[in-house]
Amino acid sequence: MKTDDRNINWVREPRLGLAGRSYLLLFVQGLTTTLRHFFSRKKTVQSPEERHEIPDPPIYRGVHRLNRDQRGRVKCVACFLCATACPADCIDIVAAESPWTDREKYPQSFTIDELRCIFCGMCEEACPVDAIELTSLYDLSGKSREEMIFDKEKLLSVYDQTKNTEPMITKRD
Amino acid sequence: MATIIIDNREIEIPAGRRLNGIEAARLVGVEIPHYCWHPGLSVAGSCRMCLVEVGTRDPKTGEIAMQPKLVPACNTIVADNMVIVTNSEKVARARAMVEEDLLLRHPIDCPICDKAGECLLQDYHFEYGQPERRADIRPFTSRRRDLGDVTLFVDRCVMCSRCVRFAREISGTCELMITGRGAREEIDVVAGFPLNNKLSGNVVDLCPVGALGDKDFLYRQRVWYLRRHRGVCTGCSTGCSIWIEENQDRVWRIKPRENPFVNKWWICNDGRYDYPHVHDPRRLTQPWGRETGITDTRDWIDLPKELNRSLGEAGRLAAVISPFLTVEEAYLLCKLIRGIDAEAPLVIGPVPEVGEEERFPGGFTIRAEKCPNRRGVEAVIAHFARRVATFDELLTELDQDALQGVWVSGGYKHEWIGQATAARFERLKLLVVQDLFPSPLSERATYLLPGAAYPERDGSYVNHADRLQSVRRAIRPPAGVRTEGSVCWELLGRKGLYNARAALDEIAREILYFSVAADTAPETGIDLKANLLAG
Repeated sequence: MKTDDRNINWVREPRLGLAGRSYLLLFVQGLTTTLRHFFSRKKTVQSPEERHEIPDPPIYRGVHRLNRDQRGRVKCVACFLCATACPADCIDIVAAESPWTDREKYPQSFTIDELRCIFCGMCEEACPVDAIELTSLYDLSGKSREEMIFDKEKLLSVYDQTKNTEPMITKRD
Repeated sequence: MATIIIDNREIEIPAGRRLNGIEAARLVGVEIPHYCWHPGLSVAGSCRMCLVEVGTRDPKTGEIAMQPKLVPACNTIVADNMVIVTNSEKVARARAMVEEDLLLRHPIDCPICDKAGECLLQDYHFEYGQPERRADIRPFTSRRRDLGDVTLFVDRCVMCSRCVRFAREISGTCELMITGRGAREEIDVVAGFPLNNKLSGNVVDLCPVGALGDKDFLYRQRVWYLRRHRGVCTGCSTGCSIWIEENQDRVWRIKPRENPFVNKWWICNDGRYDYPHVHDPRRLTQPWGRETGITDTRDWIDLPKELNRSLGEAGRLAAVISPFLTVEEAYLLCKLIRGIDAEAPLVIGPVPEVGEEERFPGGFTIRAEKCPNRRGVEAVIAHFARRVATFDELLTELDQDALQGVWVSGGYKHEWIGQATAARFERLKLLVVQDLFPSPLSERATYLLPGAAYPERDGSYVNHADRLQSVRRAIRPPAGVRTEGSVCWELLGRKGLYNARAALDEIAREILYFSVAADTAPETGIDLKANLLAG
């Protein structure tokens, strides 16, 4: 690169005047911002005593739940599409023949490693029977890694816990 | 010689070859969709998916006259001057119509169907079907019926009748039939006579849709997780070509691999369901050594040195070469033992024989000799020792205390040695046992080495008809297990990792019987007999 290239537009820093060099103006500007926030309405939520307000719970991507059908059975048909779609490989399903006459296949075990999950919602997207959904529960905590691997019962209990506040988004039964 | 034109491309078919439209189109790289036709079965012409336009070209004027109706390509034997069009609007419309008709009463339960992912109905629908379903039928769950060896999902069936023809023509057992007529046609068996024969698993592979389910595989894995590897069945000396389908080092199913010289398109159920021993929790996974009566684990880092020293100090050696070993492994083991003791007797391990040879009307044969490589191992031993000693001869020598050290390679899938026989190895100074499972013999071993199962081996097998097939491993051995080949490779002081191909090249140079195997490895195997005739 040549320095006298005509295509190069050389920009020089403007020279600072007295006000600029004293930084006084910038100081006042910064302090104004601080003071404005100091006296404005507080947005900090005192979690966990206070709950964060979620504007649209159905589209929030929190902890998973496994929905139940009308007879209270797990709705999942163990098609493995969520596990296939999962970019984090956190879903593990063991399929088996269902114990019910009207259903063919069901998940004998269904576990989600919530620590591995990236909460992208692809499983919900892939599910052909609307069995897996992401709830608006966001405060996920546990004392060990094992505790954070949610099994079928745990995921169904999340459904029981949230079914009244967040109805199933479903097009079929 | 016949000249035909397929989609404006002219091909010549050599005289004496009788091809139908589908096979001829394949020669120019055109795939005609079909459900009911299968190269190994008779032509039914019932699915109507392979409809094409057919005409003739006048050899003198070059004028082409097309037939007004579409004809099934599967039932059209190509003849000189025939013109076949597969890419016209008319053909495309016919295919879309067939697809629509098939889907009229199809349950569309793909999410729970085991075939989803390798289903012809899915594939053809994406390629040739209409984007929209005009019939107003909601997805439903298919009815299920137990046919014996397999499960039938009644409503998924497209009535291609491949399974019925298979039972009539190949297995010759005729259990399956079609009941009802028209739209109420169903596959069924006569009450009290279920599908129960040694080739029944093939109907599941034949089924182009998910109507026939393998009870062993049902619901266990989705097919898109499986990776398939070329393999050779080790169930009997037929040595069928197989696909070993695995997911993360776990074998999930075995499927036949087309090989016109060995098994055509089929395998028997014995071979198909012969993989559970690979994942048996009782398998040996740790090398053990015994010194002054104390048995302790060994690690693979120091063990080779220790083994080499013990073998060198033992005195008169002998080796039992299992007929489950590959040619390369047998060769390396013979070389190892003969390198230490040049007069060591080389013994072929007991060759399991069960029942009698079973031959099916379609030509498929299940042999009584239940090991894959007796011929290969015998040829290798004959090269080193001139005489293949039998296991009984070894036992006699053991009774006479003529031997001090014996290396026994096992690899047997089932119990193969009794307490009484094993007791005759008692007085040996050194007994190295390499096997899959604990046995009365392994209890007496000075060194117990875990052996590999067949999907874990690299190497070649020679079947009953002197056909050599080379395969690569499908899965990795469990932690702690090393294949017989890699152990011998290291004991021989060879550099790098065990390389079956290099070993086979060496064998081909040294042993006349294997000389055609040098540098070539066709997927269908090499006939070693041709070489014997030349030699």
